[in-house]
Amino acid sequence: MSIKLTGIHKRFGEYEALRGIDLEVAHGELVALLGPSGCGKTTLLRIIAGLEVPDRGRVELGGEDATLTDARHREVGFVFQHYALFRHLSVFENVAFGLRVRSRATRPSRADVARRVHDLLRLVQMEWAARRFPAQLSGGQRQRIALARALAVEPRVLLLDEPFSALDAKVRLELRRWLRRLHDEIQVTSVFVTHDQEEALELADRIVIINQGEVVQAGRPEEVYDHPANAFVWNFLGNVNVFHGRLHGSEARFGPLRLPLVARAGGGQREARGFARPHDLRLSPRPETLDDLPATLVASRMSGKMQIVEITVDGVDQVLEALVERRQFQSWNVAPGGRLWVRLERISVHSAGTDGVSPPDESFDWVI
Amino acid sequence: MRGAVNERRTEPPWVRRALTTVALAFFVLLLAMPLIFVVWSSLARGAAAWAAAVSRPDTASAIRQTLTVVAWVVPLNTLFGVLAAYAITKFQFRGKAVLTALIDLPFAISPVIAGSIFVFLLGKFTPLGGWLESHGIKVIFSTPGMVLATTFVTFPFVARELIPTMQAQGIEDELAARSLGASGWQSFWRVTVPNIRWSLLFGVVLCAARAMGEFGAVSVVSAHVSGETNTLPLQVEALYSGLDVTSAFAVSSLLVLMALLTLAVKAGVEWRYRRQEARERA
Repeated sequence: MSIKLTGIHKRFGEYEALRGIDLEVAHGELVALLGPSGCGKTTLLRIIAGLEVPDRGRVELGGEDATLTDARHREVGFVFQHYALFRHLSVFENVAFGLRVRSRATRPSRADVARRVHDLLRLVQMEWAARRFPAQLSGGQRQRIALARALAVEPRVLLLDEPFSALDAKVRLELRRWLRRLHDEIQVTSVFVTHDQEEALELADRIVIINQGEVVQAGRPEEVYDHPANAFVWNFLGNVNVFHGRLHGSEARFGPLRLPLVARAGGGQREARGFARPHDLRLSPRPETLDDLPATLVASRMSGKMQIVEITVDGVDQVLEALVERRQFQSWNVAPGGRLWVRLERISVHSAGTDGVSPPDESFDWVI
Repeated sequence: MRGAVNERRTEPPWVRRALTTVALAFFVLLLAMPLIFVVWSSLARGAAAWAAAVSRPDTASAIRQTLTVVAWVVPLNTLFGVLAAYAITKFQFRGKAVLTALIDLPFAISPVIAGSIFVFLLGKFTPLGGWLESHGIKVIFSTPGMVLATTFVTFPFVARELIPTMQAQGIEDELAARSLGASGWQSFWRVTVPNIRWSLLFGVVLCAARAMGEFGAVSVVSAHVSGETNTLPLQVEALYSGLDVTSAFAVSSLLVLMALLTLAVKAGVEWRYRRQEARERA
């Protein structure tokens, strides 16, 4: 079932949680709402679920206005951050809950309930735990039961609020991949909230980035990662080196770094920031091109098979991070304080108007 | 468990010994000795005299009166307590802080004043009391007044027991139930009540114990008619001021017995609660 939100506003006292959110989720899509804590993403999810009522705006589910529909009639499954399993009920009874509270006319028979619950427990690979109580299960197991419970009522939309945040790293990774497979299998329209960019990038068909109650950018994971719309998204998605400098005619100047911007012919002078990912900084032990700048190694640490290398470019008082394959880095045999050469292969330059009106925002992607 | 506690000793042995001795001495002198004395005195003239004192018609009536009051007060305060705790912990509304503070009011006010409030409000010569009287309802100096006064005094027990539990549990379980299609009523009976059942039971037991023993407030609104509106505490006082000390002690021993019984119920509840917790965790 598709979801369409238009102009959603929500305020808690003095605090404006949501400021005019527009959002569409297509049938069968898996969408991540990504943003820092307090950005309003959970409130938005609760509004879709009907657990919160927007001050203004419209919620449509499957093309029908559901703004004022009570949560219990929305056919929406909700998975809570801390699972919210009923502690006095066994796993079986937890999953059966949504079926047992139905009116007599629509309530399945005992045998049907049992069959449905066992099917779902098999789906989440928890069949063995039917007679256990929630307190006897690990976090990851509880989360899977919470998911089975939400799916039991055959929701047309599945909403998950930070579903993996309370789990340890390994379980989180496993459960993330498992959820992706499950979604591909059952194809239910799903929205999940996360503050973990890696989770959003890996799991979602589409990412909606929210900051201070507004949608900042929405798109496929590659789109938002490779082409962040503004400084906030650059900073929020992945590691990034930030350069402070100026636009100067058709050139961007960041200290000794001069980048020609052909597209910016005849523009004036203004402040600008440049963003470059660590893997867009190319390091080498000796100069290879005329663009290479002399730099000093500060420190380095490992990250998987890669090495994160911290350097300072001569004449610039700023530590930059570059990513190098560890074997290669080791072969250079440089110690902290040693000499390296660096060149930028790609940088995104943004200049934001202070008042948002004039001069207009400018952005350039500069690729070698 | 014992070993674990002993290993974490922080105070020198003499401090621990001194503190334990003081606590035990307090307990023996102020709690245990008087209770033993009551039971011992009540049996001073033999078991037959005790039985005679306890089975006197006015004592039997006092037992009935006490149980009647308890039978009204406990359900009333269970209802009020659950409602108040539910409202305070699950909803946001203006005046919530005031309501939370007011729940403790009966603890702060002297029971005698609590009783007097109802006399001033519903006595025979007040507008409201007069109106009720003219419709044949006698509140003050009869059972309804005693129920009201006792309800007032014991109001905080259930609510006080429930509020911390319900606050700790939050409203997520109820939200989960709602999103699964449960009505408010279903969510209350299937989720809220099971979640609070042990705290509720503690509250009810404490409320019942206090309701049985309440003297001050009830004394003001009761007519003190032996064999009619005397509860057990009032009967003890009546017997004692009538210099029938042995009977007074005999009836007192009954109250002590009832108190011990409630304590036993409370301990039983706690024991079952722990066992259940253990079962749900094991």
